[in-house]
Amino acid sequence: MFDLTGKSALVTGATGGIGGAVAKALHAQGAHVAISGTRREALEALAAELGQRVQIVPANLSDKDSVEALIPAAEAALGQVDILVNNAGVTRDNLFMRMKDEEWETVLRVNLEAAFRLSRAVIKGMMKRRWGRIVSVTSVIGTPGNAGQANYAASKAGLIGMSKSLAQEVASRNITVNCIAPGFIATPMTDVLNEKQREGILTKVPMARLGTPEDIAAAAVYLASDEAAYLTGQTLHINGGMTMI
Amino acid sequence: MSDIADRVKKIVVEHLGVEPEKVIDSANFIDDLGADSLDTVELVMAFEEEFSVEIPDDAAETIRTVGDAVSFLEKKAA
Repeated sequence: MFDLTGKSALVTGATGGIGGAVAKALHAQGAHVAISGTRREALEALAAELGQRVQIVPANLSDKDSVEALIPAAEAALGQVDILVNNAGVTRDNLFMRMKDEEWETVLRVNLEAAFRLSRAVIKGMMKRRWGRIVSVTSVIGTPGNAGQANYAASKAGLIGMSKSLAQEVASRNITVNCIAPGFIATPMTDVLNEKQREGILTKVPMARLGTPEDIAAAAVYLASDEAAYLTGQTLHINGGMTMI
Repeated sequence: MSDIADRVKKIVVEHLGVEPEKVIDSANFIDDLGADSLDTVELVMAFEEEFSVEIPDDAAETIRTVGDAVSFLEKKAA
């Protein structure tokens, strides 16, 4: 089950906590993996850890030209992209009334627009091959929203709507498009929370712990696999029961 | 019938799974041959591959019938 031997995957934001775990998990199932991110040294360290079947394709997803160049680079490195994991994401939290245009634009550009451009670029090859998997990492915040994260919530809700629409267009070609919505996962992105914020969150999580990147990576493996062929347009909520949708 | 027309018709027959007799110049991909919008995108991709040409989106939108495709590709080849 969940064998990805012979499949090629591109993971964006692979230097982050969740992205790194996803890249490792896909690789462990046999996939040839291209890892992308802005920090070359961190990518090289991850590549060294993985050893074989790994390619480094750096990109800055806040830069349109860099986004447009990523899929051609990944296809050159891998031969083709069968599995795209849109994982890269940033936050620029601020109260709505104080939110700067730049904070709004940066978050939408990286979290949503880049996923749109990358998905559009890989879909052609997937249609020709009659097989493809697009998995976008959204957030629990995309559904109930969160004070101070209007930009982030908009980008993550946007990913869900975009994925559902694309899923309908390409389902007949055996291409599935799904989202994973992590709750609070122990990563550098949530390390910035102070103790009080952390405790406050945990009171809302029935599992009474933060999730791990591996909790998310397991879902990515499933969604990328042949076994998930009949699952499309869905969002898997992995949040310890924090929000039940 | 030109070589280009033969190749276009072969692609259409294979891709849409229709009877060769139905693939006449005036046949509209969607109305007459049962293609959906995604099929038309794939047909354009197949033409691009077969003839090693690039068909920009605005040109692709004007290719609605078998004859449209043949004349577009004949012009490209000329």
